[in-house]
Amino acid sequence: MTPLLQVRDLTKHYGARIGCADVSFDLYPGEVMGIVGESGSGKSTLLGCLAGHLEADRGQVLFDTRSDGPRDMRAMSEPERRMLSRTDLAFVHQNPRDGLRMGVSAGGNVGERLMAVGARHYGGIRAQALDWLSRVEIAEDRIDDRPSAFSGGMQQRLQIARNLVTGPRLVFMDEPTGGLDVSVQARLLDLLRGLVREMGLSAVIVTHDLAVVRLLADRLMVMKSGHVVEAGLTDQVLDDPQHGYTQLLVSSVLQV
Amino acid sequence: MITVSGLSKNFVLHNQGGAVIPVMRDAALCVAPGECVGLTGASGAGKSTLMRMVYGNYLADHGMIRVGNLDVAQAAPRQIIALRRETLGYVSQFLRVVPRVPTLEVVAEPLLALGHDRTQALARARDLLARLNIPERLWPLSPTTFSGGEQQRVNIARGFAHAYPALLLDEPTASLDAANREVVLTLIEEAKARGAAILGIFHDEAARVRVCDRVVDVTRFTPGMVA
Repeated sequence: MTPLLQVRDLTKHYGARIGCADVSFDLYPGEVMGIVGESGSGKSTLLGCLAGHLEADRGQVLFDTRSDGPRDMRAMSEPERRMLSRTDLAFVHQNPRDGLRMGVSAGGNVGERLMAVGARHYGGIRAQALDWLSRVEIAEDRIDDRPSAFSGGMQQRLQIARNLVTGPRLVFMDEPTGGLDVSVQARLLDLLRGLVREMGLSAVIVTHDLAVVRLLADRLMVMKSGHVVEAGLTDQVLDDPQHGYTQLLVSSVLQV
Repeated sequence: MITVSGLSKNFVLHNQGGAVIPVMRDAALCVAPGECVGLTGASGAGKSTLMRMVYGNYLADHGMIRVGNLDVAQAAPRQIIALRRETLGYVSQFLRVVPRVPTLEVVAEPLLALGHDRTQALARARDLLARLNIPERLWPLSPTTFSGGEQQRVNIARGFAHAYPALLLDEPTASLDAANREVVLTLIEEAKARGAAILGIFHDEAARVRVCDRVVDVTRFTPGMVA
């Protein structure tokens, strides 16, 4: 099987400071990989470089495209990259305001993505938007409301619907449950797990919440000062951490 | 089905002065299809450590852990993920689930992950939950709020949902009443009869005598302990 994503020596500096350095990994279809590390460890920088939001200094990000097999996203032309982001990639921001259009209705937020990949039939778009709102548990009668009238948890679910409606193959998530209270987090975790399995999605999830990665991610990378210090099966890394930093991270979690 | 040889492991505590704690030396055992092997030894001798290494939950420093055709000690994460999905089941002492997922789904999940038909997977889950005396009114609820014994039975139901060729059981009868203990022992006997290779830890001696064909005393593999 060909990996969906092959990352080689991905490096980005901010001037003299390291953002992330020499990151390499393979991600296979249907796999969920978590990236953990403290603030400033480079996890969001890495995610930005993978998603093409940030320009890396060097390295390769090979994506297994539907038509031409693995291609380096960094070497693609701008229109190619944009088309790939619309059809195959999705990005869920920590703050839903960064991923939603706040002045457009909930239905519009979802439908807009369908139109961007060529859908034109209004009835069809609205029906699909309704279907997705129900999948993320937003009531049908809220379809014409703007996201600014939604709670934080609802906004996050709407952002997920907007991102997944086009059937992407790879989803990047930056602290998707950050800033939500725990009951809302649990609901979101349940939703994400179900979607990943039903759609066969691959995902890269950045978080600092070890409980979230244990439940969502198959594999885990631990970052410190821009470097990956440890990687492996999620439960193995959390239960038998090898690196001093990971041991510190795991032993620092407060028990409830 | 399960073959362990020359298996060794140290824990290195980097934040406690780099203390090196040897926990396993030259462990060896094998479990044939249809056989149940019990791990024995005092608390702290390394029974759970050995079992966790077989599951790929703890890393091995040296040696081989062959489950089916895969050497878990050398395997890549995604090979272990596939092994756990298809071949190697594990009933741990604690239930770890996504909050809010109904009990019925929790039990059916291993089958759904294998791509089984949803109706059949749920039917199998209902059958197991009924056998393990989990009241039907609890099935649509998340097991996170259940009592310890109920959670353990949900965990067992989940572990037996798919007919894994190899199965690890960590104290499956602990904290169960006599009726439920009997159900679990029968499930183990049925799994053996269909050819599953089972490695288990049983503090319940009568249970061990009943289901285990052999025992392996892990004290033999504990560094600094003489069997």
